[in-house]
Amino acid sequence: MNRNINEHKKAWRNILVYIEYHDRKVHPISYQLIGKAYELASSIGYNVCGIVIGKDVALSKQQLQNYPLKSVFLYEADEYFKADLYEKILSNCICEMKPSVVLIGGTLEGRSLAPNVAVTFRTGLTADCTALYLRDADLVQIRPAFGGNIMAQIVTTDTRPQIATVRYNVMEPIEPTFDYETEFIIKKVDKQIVSKIEILKTIPIEKKKGIAQQQILVVAGRGVKQKKDLAMLKELANLLGGELASTRGLVERGWMASDRQIGISGQTVRPKLLIACGVSGSVQFMAGIGNVDNIIAINTDQDAKIFNIAHHSICGDLHEIIPQLIRCFLDASGDKHI
Amino acid sequence: MIKIAVCIKQVPAYSEGEMDPKTGVLLRGGLTSVLNIYDLPAIETALRIKEEKGGEVDVFTMGPPKASDVIREAYAMGVDRGYLLSDRHFSGADVLATSYTLMQGITSVSHYDLILCGKQTTDGDTGQVSGALAKWLNIPYINWVTKIVKLEKDSIIIEQMMENEEVTIKTKYPCLVSVEQSIFIPRIPSLKLKIAAKKKEIKVLSLSEMQDQNKNHYGLRGSATKVEKIFPPTKVKKRPIVHKTGIEAASDIFKIIQQIK
Ligand SMILES: Cc1cc2nc3c(=O)[nH]c(=O)nc-3n(C[C@H](O)[C@H](O)[C@H](O)COP(=O)(O)OP(=O)(O)OC[C@H]3O[C@@H](n4cnc5c(N)ncnc54)[C@H](O)[C@@H]3O)c2cc1C
Ligand SMILES: Nc1ncnc2c1ncn2[C@@H]1O[C@H](COP(=O)(O)O)[C@@H](O)[C@H]1O
Repeated sequence: MNRNINEHKKAWRNILVYIEYHDRKVHPISYQLIGKAYELASSIGYNVCGIVIGKDVALSKQQLQNYPLKSVFLYEADEYFKADLYEKILSNCICEMKPSVVLIGGTLEGRSLAPNVAVTFRTGLTADCTALYLRDADLVQIRPAFGGNIMAQIVTTDTRPQIATVRYNVMEPIEPTFDYETEFIIKKVDKQIVSKIEILKTIPIEKKKGIAQQQILVVAGRGVKQKKDLAMLKELANLLGGELASTRGLVERGWMASDRQIGISGQTVRPKLLIACGVSGSVQFMAGIGNVDNIIAINTDQDAKIFNIAHHSICGDLHEIIPQLIRCFLDASGDKHI
Repeated sequence: MIKIAVCIKQVPAYSEGEMDPKTGVLLRGGLTSVLNIYDLPAIETALRIKEEKGGEVDVFTMGPPKASDVIREAYAMGVDRGYLLSDRHFSGADVLATSYTLMQGITSVSHYDLILCGKQTTDGDTGQVSGALAKWLNIPYINWVTKIVKLEKDSIIIEQMMENEEVTIKTKYPCLVSVEQSIFIPRIPSLKLKIAAKKKEIKVLSLSEMQDQNKNHYGLRGSATKVEKIFPPTKVKKRPIVHKTGIEAASDIFKIIQQIK
């Protein structure tokens, strides 16, 4: 493998954010990446640039205004993601721009793309980073290892670009409050690039908001005794205007769908309020909790680890507490109507 | 007749693994190890394709000599041949070096039409090795695959689950497909195959069997990322725990929620 070692290191500057774009909408993770990129760039005097690949990319301009982006490269391409095509476009852009750091979302699309790009440049890829900072020009990448039992600090010292993926909701999104003249540059996709992937059909997945987008979550863990007890937790979630999520424990039991799972092998959530019922608080589970202002935990075991992160720790039986809590809400809403 | 290679990995049985604090390399000694659960559906997918269309299913694993255990497990499910990529120069590999070694190993054995990988491993947990491998092999990469729709003479039609849509994709062989756990429920190894698996040969491939024998391209040295240090996750300070009966606790929580909302 020929490595693009040190001698070129100085030639690689600035930060490139892969801005994910579906159905003419910028994926919310992109604002989280831009936020992190801006923080990194500010620490060393770099610029932040973005790349958008997809259909009707010009329509992304409006959604990218007032962010601290120096320039955004727009590549008009197929409507649907094709790993080989998108990778080549992104790699070409990297060749031209020579960014020191490339940030990609740890989404389904991002995790298809990132390893391909990393191999193209024979460079390092650190997946699912939870913290990032620059030490001189080297990106210090922190990620959970061993299912979250340990954190690893990783650097890519000899090759460029340094590629990191960050999962959805792990970083704070940035607000569009910058007085910035972003340059939008329309780029042509190289005619030589062809995809070996043919898309025959696409069926939109029913657009209910996933647990990652909820403001309020009730989380069921293995402390829930029977499957039918989930109904009361679901009712509570409904009363609060939120959704029911769960630990892997219940997904393994087949009681909950896997897209409801929070954690290192599930989703990262960032609600305003999270009520954990019968959840022990394993490191793998907690790795999926972003900054949550209010965590209420109900557990019969006073030593449960969930109490280490909960803001309100209630030692008690969920099967007794939840029905009463539902009653409180029903009574309260009843009052209003009378 | 379709030739399929499945990449499988041996992982610690539980996630309380240890790491060498100096090198950041996983220490596997002393831990019980198992076949990565996400690789089982990949093996199952390969076997089903073979049963339908005929062909051969080989498995590849990179790891220490003990990793041959997972090849025996694959044999017990009905896999034809197993290759263990093992050499002291392979150890300490990151995504780049792991995928490079797998590419070298696979291409040194044969030409495969289809390469299958699991969604992720439970120790590395990146789900990135498969994509990197596809790029080394320079073949199309399709991950998050939930269904094999149709096998044609020179191409495969599959369903990929993306965030907003279910995508039906057609691509020619050779290609690399990384499967979701839901694609198939893995079969239970038969007793007969289990016994036969014990005697079956496992081919070990070391650096000298690879086309590229430059040891700087493998293992720790061939890795672009370096683990500088490892540390325990930070713990948040404990807050008081309230013990309450059902009604008391409920009205407490109710008040807290009213304040928040
Ligand atoms: C590689 C790897 C990845 C993983 N990824 C994830 C992941 O993404 N997400 C995830 O969640 N897990 C994950 N796990 C599994 C994780 O280690 C735990 O097994 C899991 O989170 C435990 O779920 P739990 O808290 O529901 O169950 P348990 O750990 O069994 O805890 C149940 C809790 O309920 C309490 N309880 C019991 N009865 C009651 C009652 N009547 N009222 C109130 N409380 C009660 C108990 O005191 C206990 O604390 C992963 C594991 C590995 C190895
Ligand atoms: N050491 C290895 N040997 C063989 N296959 C591997 C190895 N590491 C990863 N893989 C394959 O790549 C997939 C993703 O692994 P990972 O990127 O580690 O999460 C796994 O499910 C395997 O199919």
